[in-house]
Amino acid sequence: MFRQARWDEPTVFELGSPGRKGYTLPKLEKEIVEAIENPEKIIPEKMRRKNPPKLPELSEVEVARHFTRLSQMNYGVDSGFYPLGSCTMKYNPKVNETIVRHKGIAWTHPYQDESTVQGILEILYKLSRWLAEITGTKEVCLQPSAGAHGELLGTLIMRAYHKFNGEDEKRREIIVPDSAHGTNPASAAMAGFEVVVAPSDKNGCVDIEALKSVVSERTAGLMLTNPNTLGIFEKNIEEIAKIVHEAGGLLYYDGANLNAILGKVRPGDMGFDIVHVNIHKTFGTPHGGGGPGAGPIGVCEKLEKFLPVPRIAFDGKQYYLDYDKPYSIGKIRGFYGNIAVLLKAYAYILSLGAEGLEEIAEVAVLNANYITKKLAKIRGFKLPFNESVPRKHECVFSAKQLKKETGIQALNIAKRLLDYGMHAPTMYFPLIVEEALMIEPTESFEKEELDKFINLLKKISEESYAHPNMVLKAPSNTSIGRVDEVRASHPRTMALSWRMHLKKQNREKPNLQ
Amino acid sequence: MTKAKTHPYIPNSVKEIKEEMMNEIGIKSIEELYSDVPEKFRLRKKLDLPEALSELELVKHIDKLLSKNKTFLDMPIFLGAGCWPHYVPAVVDYVIQRSELLTSYTPYQPEISQGMLQALFEYQSMICELTEMEVANCSMYDWASALGEAARMAARVTRRNEILIPKIIHPERKATLETYAEPAGIKVRTIDYEKETGQLNLGDLENKISDETAAVYIENPSYLGFIETQVDEIEKIAHKKNALFIVGIDPISLGVLRPPGEYGADIVIGEGQPLGNPMNYGGPLLGIFACRDDVRLIRQMPGRIIGMTRTVDGKQRGFCMVLQTREQHIRREKATSNICSNEALCAVAAAVYMAMLGPEGFRELGRHIMYKANYAMKRLNEIEGVKCPVLNSAHFKEFTVNFSSTGKTVKEIHGELLKMGIHGGKDVSREFPELGQTALYCVTEIHSKEDIERLVKSLTQILEG
Repeated sequence: MFRQARWDEPTVFELGSPGRKGYTLPKLEKEIVEAIENPEKIIPEKMRRKNPPKLPELSEVEVARHFTRLSQMNYGVDSGFYPLGSCTMKYNPKVNETIVRHKGIAWTHPYQDESTVQGILEILYKLSRWLAEITGTKEVCLQPSAGAHGELLGTLIMRAYHKFNGEDEKRREIIVPDSAHGTNPASAAMAGFEVVVAPSDKNGCVDIEALKSVVSERTAGLMLTNPNTLGIFEKNIEEIAKIVHEAGGLLYYDGANLNAILGKVRPGDMGFDIVHVNIHKTFGTPHGGGGPGAGPIGVCEKLEKFLPVPRIAFDGKQYYLDYDKPYSIGKIRGFYGNIAVLLKAYAYILSLGAEGLEEIAEVAVLNANYITKKLAKIRGFKLPFNESVPRKHECVFSAKQLKKETGIQALNIAKRLLDYGMHAPTMYFPLIVEEALMIEPTESFEKEELDKFINLLKKISEESYAHPNMVLKAPSNTSIGRVDEVRASHPRTMALSWRMHLKKQNREKPNLQ
Repeated sequence: MTKAKTHPYIPNSVKEIKEEMMNEIGIKSIEELYSDVPEKFRLRKKLDLPEALSELELVKHIDKLLSKNKTFLDMPIFLGAGCWPHYVPAVVDYVIQRSELLTSYTPYQPEISQGMLQALFEYQSMICELTEMEVANCSMYDWASALGEAARMAARVTRRNEILIPKIIHPERKATLETYAEPAGIKVRTIDYEKETGQLNLGDLENKISDETAAVYIENPSYLGFIETQVDEIEKIAHKKNALFIVGIDPISLGVLRPPGEYGADIVIGEGQPLGNPMNYGGPLLGIFACRDDVRLIRQMPGRIIGMTRTVDGKQRGFCMVLQTREQHIRREKATSNICSNEALCAVAAAVYMAMLGPEGFRELGRHIMYKANYAMKRLNEIEGVKCPVLNSAHFKEFTVNFSSTGKTVKEIHGELLKMGIHGGKDVSREFPELGQTALYCVTEIHSKEDIERLVKSLTQILEG
């Protein structure tokens, strides 16, 4: 039986004791001390810090223990099955964590003379070429820090392209399917576009007639993920691309679901003009509890000139940074990207090669279809949209029937899975499926683990019909029980920092101060 | 039994297992699972990539490439400008390698993710203590994108469309701000500086601020390393016009420098990389983003925020993501930002770092850095023809070095230095032509007195020769 650690660990502010610290500094040389005397006196009086920050005072020992305990109250891919749909929670190779600690990257600065950083420039240059090959695009920019950052860059490039053609006043709309990731409309809006939603058809794919009716001379582009968020391949992609391109729009590929098609079919070949890649999904770098990731974008030839500066280039002898790009959209962040993450992706691709990457796609899809087949037999679960088409990297089930018959909702199923030591699928997404459970097994888990997951869902279904209360009160084997999320966001009880918590506590119990 | 290719990362790549699974699905080949992909788009060739390497070969290959790089451990390097060399204590690296944290996703399921949630809450809380603000999010990508988001937030809060920024700012940060501001219709205008000191020209600020101004932005320490001292005056000017006051900071300075929360900042942003994150050739970085406890501001914050709450039964303390209705996965095109994956693990590193240092550690480190940087300035200024600093103000860890009177360009001098095994600072002579042949140098705790003396000696030689 799964039992997550329950340390009842205080916050770091409640630990330690005055006078302790966990940090040492080299001794300053006599000459420096004599020459400068008191450095704080250099700071004009009114700019000196008078009250020290109210940070905790801990020894190194206490810091190490505190954070070890916190880590034990967390769950990662190494802990067990993590079928979080659209997030591609695959294994993160350990060797890459070793590699990234090499002093040749950790201790290098982005403004070093190019002659002193040829090694890392070569890695970045080659990685960009490999990603271009994998996505079927012409040029790749490694700078975006995450998938959504890549989307922002992609939509800004659409803007720059239409401006270049003198059409930016007119082309104000970006079309996204109703099944799209939330970042798509958010990115389009951030880049200054209006968002037009295209409905899905009965097969869960873009409704071609509906698309035709929303496409116009106002269309700047369409953002699409293929396979889509239902795990279904948009087989009409040729027609979709034609409709968008004939209307003068650009086609954007959301790379969240790229894992399914590595080496099988390339976004660029399908007609996509801009493609982002989620390095932290497809290329095995750890998610780190919410980043850092990396979201490079690839573009077709006509869009290359709009990419951010600098471009990493090679003159046949030396690698260098090219700033001479007059049409560039400029900068979207400082420096050149999340380099440490990109280095891990370089290592990942080298560990797998072309055949290994294709094997990843095949096994990820095999695993997803195996789960699809098995879950379809479980009482209360239904596979919405065309049951006869194979899924790709993920499948989306609806627990609508289970809810109707037992009162158990997708949320309860998710929480009960935690009790059994597995992470929950993505819930209530995509929005077009009621009581959605979105399941992405990836290639990283063995059949035994998949079977365990399938059996657990079967068991939870049985529990729901026989003893719904058991499911309703879940989770109870996790570090804590159900968290009061409403209280967390209520203006009266909201505590977004330790000092905000103290302020509210003192207001409630002034006599205890 | 054939032992076809199986890969260590792909447990089901064993032929027999695949066959068993295909049987269950009712297919004869995995190819059938791609039957709905139009044939004309199928890639019927192998991707043009290098052959796969074994783990041993990979380690050797990477070592060979990365060993071509010269690092701060191989030679004295005096670069900063937004990515700074600071020592990362071993405990920080230990914690972020704990795989339960490293390999987890965004904590959507709070009950099984309390560790990450609490660590991020502690990060937010310690950032608040350092900056004297009340609310912080759990990270933006970096300082530059945080500035872009702050400008957009200020525009939403004030319903105005202009941000005033100092002329002395990192050009990449300014460029990023412009990228973020332009689609939202926000105008970016620069405020001049006092020629002698670099301090913001208050007259120019008074002239340019208007009822259109959403925010006044300053940096402390500034891009060129000096301390802006007119913070109270700037705050008054901004707030008198009902504009927000945004301050960009280097958190390492806040053990000795007055925190922006004490001089009326509404939003504080900055670069959190120095808090326990290696330079890594410029990324990942860590965008700090904090604001006052004001619902008007909090509701417009971008990014993930972790809150402290209780379990539903009221018995236990717990943590979860809050105010998600601001975010893209709920609000879609009406979200305050599109940010999803951020720099969470870098924030955890920062939390560990801040807990290691504590109030005394921050003060000692701040003093230590000021000792060394100011010593280096003094020594450099003694060299014939060198002026250091160019701007007559107090400096923290970065400072300007001017070579105009030597008759040589920064480029020439740095070329000579490099031959002698020393890397100079950032050449800013094109960014600020009015400052002549000037470079921005950075000295922190990682530089030894010997490094500084070597720099002085080498420069003296170059300039005498």
